[in-house]
Amino acid sequence: MNGAQALWQTLINHNITTVFGYPGGAVIPLYDALTGFPEMRHILVRHEQGASHAAEGWAKATGEVGVCIATSGPGATNLVTGLTDAMMDSVPIVAITGNVPRALIGTDAFQEADITGITMPITKHNYLVRSANDLPRVLAEAIRLARSGRPGPVLVDVPKDVQLELFTGELTAPHARPELPAPAEPAIQKAIEVLKKAQRPILMVGGGAMDASKEIIEFARAWNLPVITTLMGLGIFPAGDPLWLGMPGMHGSVAANRAITNADVLIGVGLRFDDRVTGKVSRFAKNATIIHVDIDAAEISKLVHAHIPVRGDAGKAARYFSEHATYLENKEWHDKLQEWKERYVRHPVWSAGYAIKKIVDQLTEDDILSTDVGQHQMLAAQLARFQKPRRWLTSGGLGTMGFGFPAAIGSALADPGVRSVVIAGDGGFQMTAQELSTLIKYRIPVKIAVINNSFLGMVRQWQELFHENRYSEVYLGDSNPDFIKLADAYGIHAVRATNGEEMDSAIEAWLNHDGPSLLEAVVPNEHGVFPMVPAGASLEEMVETHEEAKQKQ
Amino acid sequence: MSANLYGDTTSSPNKDHIISVIVRDEPRVLTRITSMFARRGFNIKSLSVGTTENPGVSRMTIVVGGDDNILQQAIRQLEKLIDVIKVLDHREEKFVDRELVLVKVSITPETRVEVRHIAEDFRARIVDVGRYALMFEVTGDEGKITAFIEQMRPFGIIETMRTGRVALSRGSNADIPAQVYTENGSKSLEPVLGDVEI
Ligand SMILES: Cc1ncc(C[n+]2csc(CCOP(=O)(O)OP(=O)(O)O)c2C)c(N)n1
Repeated sequence: MNGAQALWQTLINHNITTVFGYPGGAVIPLYDALTGFPEMRHILVRHEQGASHAAEGWAKATGEVGVCIATSGPGATNLVTGLTDAMMDSVPIVAITGNVPRALIGTDAFQEADITGITMPITKHNYLVRSANDLPRVLAEAIRLARSGRPGPVLVDVPKDVQLELFTGELTAPHARPELPAPAEPAIQKAIEVLKKAQRPILMVGGGAMDASKEIIEFARAWNLPVITTLMGLGIFPAGDPLWLGMPGMHGSVAANRAITNADVLIGVGLRFDDRVTGKVSRFAKNATIIHVDIDAAEISKLVHAHIPVRGDAGKAARYFSEHATYLENKEWHDKLQEWKERYVRHPVWSAGYAIKKIVDQLTEDDILSTDVGQHQMLAAQLARFQKPRRWLTSGGLGTMGFGFPAAIGSALADPGVRSVVIAGDGGFQMTAQELSTLIKYRIPVKIAVINNSFLGMVRQWQELFHENRYSEVYLGDSNPDFIKLADAYGIHAVRATNGEEMDSAIEAWLNHDGPSLLEAVVPNEHGVFPMVPAGASLEEMVETHEEAKQKQ
Repeated sequence: MSANLYGDTTSSPNKDHIISVIVRDEPRVLTRITSMFARRGFNIKSLSVGTTENPGVSRMTIVVGGDDNILQQAIRQLEKLIDVIKVLDHREEKFVDRELVLVKVSITPETRVEVRHIAEDFRARIVDVGRYALMFEVTGDEGKITAFIEQMRPFGIIETMRTGRVALSRGSNADIPAQVYTENGSKSLEPVLGDVEI
């Protein structure tokens, strides 16, 4: 057995049997060895960025480690965006890269890049493996690290000659999944004391509580707590529940943002108070005692001071809260919140919002919805009604255009039993559209919706509101491809809707098509995403319409 | 009042904090640590690194500039690094810190004796003697070294080189109990992975 074979066998021993990759000189031994492992499914993407996002999509949909592979130099650097995205959103992925032979490292050899140096700040950890015998041990540790504590990306760089070296070591058994730390009792007791006296409490839940959905639901219902889920937390608490207030922050709901401003106790679980959530930090939840539950001590009081820090696993903490529940009536507060919930934006019959509403209304609670980044992403986040966790894949922390489509490929392969739908903009879709090849090669039944507003819509909105309509370099309408013909060129079924009346039948033809298909919704470009908290403003300064936004200028 | 990293005002003043970071002695560890500081905009005022009595374990003394929030963030972010075994915040206990400095001072036949006298008062050792300059080695805490340099300044300081501060907590306990090195868990020192570069 050589190093390459030991690598494949270790992945298989860890139940990893799908990887996304792209070959090249420095990983030829890996690909050569792959022919001896028929149980390993390798998905050939068309750009390594696609491999990294597909691995993320896999990981976000399943909670299990996603794996991507690239060759040295340019292959490895193409993973950088996906690794950064995974770091920001705490996604457990392992990236395996080839490198030049050991003797050439540091010589500026052909296709050499110091990928461990490059990825240091964007991975949880990385390794340069210098002997074949270390490979299984390093990989096992990398897999464990990726999913332990606060999950994240880990990179393993393997020089070509290490792949070819004779392996004489032992294949390691997978590490057991590490037990997550329970929060300290005094801290959580203190939190309970404060919560019991709350008149206007809210529970705010982020992506870190993704695997604690059941416990969070119990917690909220036992205490009668209104729940806000962040962009990353959508689905952890069912949108159909009357306690749900929506998403907070820049494009959050009126109810969520007003609730934050007026709350007297805010319990944040598994979230990191991103600036897109808080708006101006000094005015965020300024009336509230803040209880922050997080597994990552560095997140506690990083941005928002936690009056009561509770370090530990979200699920364990939530269970403790439920076990010591006091049902809080707080009728006045709930009535007020109900009133605010009535305030949401109604979208004109033909607009991106209308098209997206029509699409998300067709989704079942099991369907997985991915998005790209931009207006369509925020509209989808506002309009979709997630009932379950891990049904919503979006690039939150990094805001990576090009993420949605390959992520949908990853999720579709992770669970062929569920439907994977992606909503993308005409700009972002073109950043990774080459993965249409991957879709057709493996007949992956992803349903793609391109919301074509002929613009880099979100940038256009900012130029409109904050730069006196100077639309600098955001028009795509003169040079977009014909998306139907583009799909056709790859052999993918496609339909187009250009107005409200066409939308229903287009959606039906699109979703009912057996296999991958693309829907292009050609929408007017003048609509912005509202409500909106202007950058740098506090949540109280939220505006609900374009006119209101202009007036505030 | 001072503004922290995130634009919020805090009442804790900016000052220097001394911390010790016990790390796995692996390639790139220093880079990982300094790049974390650089990326997050934390200020390293001084940094000294050396091996310890335990094979495979190095010890760093870092002086961090900034307010309490920054110090706390720096410590927590350090603790997340896989190579970091432990971080000691010396605010928590009494410690001894020292710095070594080499100072080259100009002399003339007239000032030679005076310079030597001052050096004796500071218990500075002469490590090089030239016609126009003397080189001194001084160890001590920051105050002593600063005072020495100020005393020598009028004679003409040609150049100085400081090592940065090193620190150990007082008392008979080791900062890192020996069993930490063998305990299981991510922070423990597993047998070093062959020659894997971490
Ligand atoms: C890789 C990358 N480059 C640039 C940006 C900045 N950006 C954010 S939203 C946006 C516009 C997106 O346009 P489009 O994909 O057409 O979606 P829309 O906003 O129109 O829905 C841009 C350029 C980004 N987020 N990611």
